[in-house]
Amino acid sequence: MNRTLTIETTINGRRRSLDVAVNHTLLDVLRDDIDLTGTKECCVVGECGACTVIIDGRPMNSCLMLAVEIDGSEVTTVEGLELEEGLSPLQGAFLDEGATQCGFCIPGQLMAATALLQQNPDPTVEEIQEGLAGNLCRCAGYEQITKAVLAAARGVKQ
Amino acid sequence: MNRFQYARPETVGEAVALLEEHGDDARLLAGGTDLVIELRNRWVEPKVVIDLKRIPDLAPAIVERDGFLSISASTVMTDIAEDERVQRYFPALVESAVVVGSVQIRARATMAGNICNGSPAADTAPPLLVYDAVVVVAGSDGERRVPIDDFIVGPGKTALQRGELVTAIELPIPERPYGAAYTRLTRRRGTDLASITLCAGVDADGQARIAYGSVGPRAFLVEDESGILGDSTIPSEDKIDSLDQIFYRASPSLKSLRASPDYRLAMLRVLGARALETAIGRLTKELVS
Ligand code: FES
Ligand code: FES
Repeated sequence: MNRTLTIETTINGRRRSLDVAVNHTLLDVLRDDIDLTGTKECCVVGECGACTVIIDGRPMNSCLMLAVEIDGSEVTTVEGLELEEGLSPLQGAFLDEGATQCGFCIPGQLMAATALLQQNPDPTVEEIQEGLAGNLCRCAGYEQITKAVLAAARGVKQ
Repeated sequence: MNRFQYARPETVGEAVALLEEHGDDARLLAGGTDLVIELRNRWVEPKVVIDLKRIPDLAPAIVERDGFLSISASTVMTDIAEDERVQRYFPALVESAVVVGSVQIRARATMAGNICNGSPAADTAPPLLVYDAVVVVAGSDGERRVPIDDFIVGPGKTALQRGELVTAIELPIPERPYGAAYTRLTRRRGTDLASITLCAGVDADGQARIAYGSVGPRAFLVEDESGILGDSTIPSEDKIDSLDQIFYRASPSLKSLRASPDYRLAMLRVLGARALETAIGRLTKELVS
């Protein structure tokens, strides 16, 4: 048993083989080892959602898992949302609705909202609030954030 | 985090052997939503962390077998809440699973972990008590089955002995109509520990039981001896004395920042009455269908 382990994972569509310290969280590895600093570090106890990434289709707090646990998994971070033609409809909606204030919570909000829309393309306001209940916004832009998710869902439907 | 070794056993036997070898120096990792916090804060400094998620026998699965619904150790809250059989037979368990943490946490946290951590506030403990769940424990001598009421011991303590781990939690599928409901008290919506967790169950004869947590060292299950709590013809206000008897084991901490003891005791009655009403309503629906 070693202090580091080589893991095979797909991050934002790219297959990677990474040597990670077994006592580092996924958040540590994303930010410090492979420079994906879009994912934010904040409470590190699972309360704020700033570190949210999507793993095998589900949103999770990267601060609450060891990097070795994603061996064999598929991870999407906020850097993976952009499409070839530019921002994703959801990202665009955040800008249009003025949902981004200081911006710190936004990567996490985007990831939670992306996962929500993948599962439920036509959510109600209630469902959006529940889907994003694990994401705190210090600037309290909740109303705009909810509107942005709604707008993106409508856009996708059209 | 301290430096530890990361072990990834592929069988229950290997995991048991590691536990026997390392004893208190080993920690089991399932969802990790509690463990990773403990590691980071150095509340625990294990020499070995044993990841259970690569053991095929513990892989996420909910299966019906011999009159039980068996939920494997690495099944997460989201899977439990979304399972159609759990929804049908054990609605109170669904209600407890969907309030754990946030979407992100429910996608990761396991029910077995929720119980094994021994938190007095564990959301799934009261419904598991009401539904008479059985914990399947593996050790070097094979498997044993422990009723959940005996498995839960106290803060951070369970009936697990050195070298043992939980492989599944089994719920007996009710043969007769049964009504149960879960409710809890928190300061706010979203990620918060409950100040009260409570589940009420009523069987087809009108016999009621209530399990409640977060108001003492562990969640307690108490049968209604008065026989009136499950009676739908008796109005809630006339059930207060019987409810107070049910809550005799509550001893809320004076030191808690979440809610004062008086408030918790007063709210126990309110939540108790509410959960009973829902449970009776569900039972009635079952009886007519
Ligand atoms: S940094 Fe992970 S939830 Fe706050
Ligand atoms: S935009 Fe500032 S914390 Fe949400």
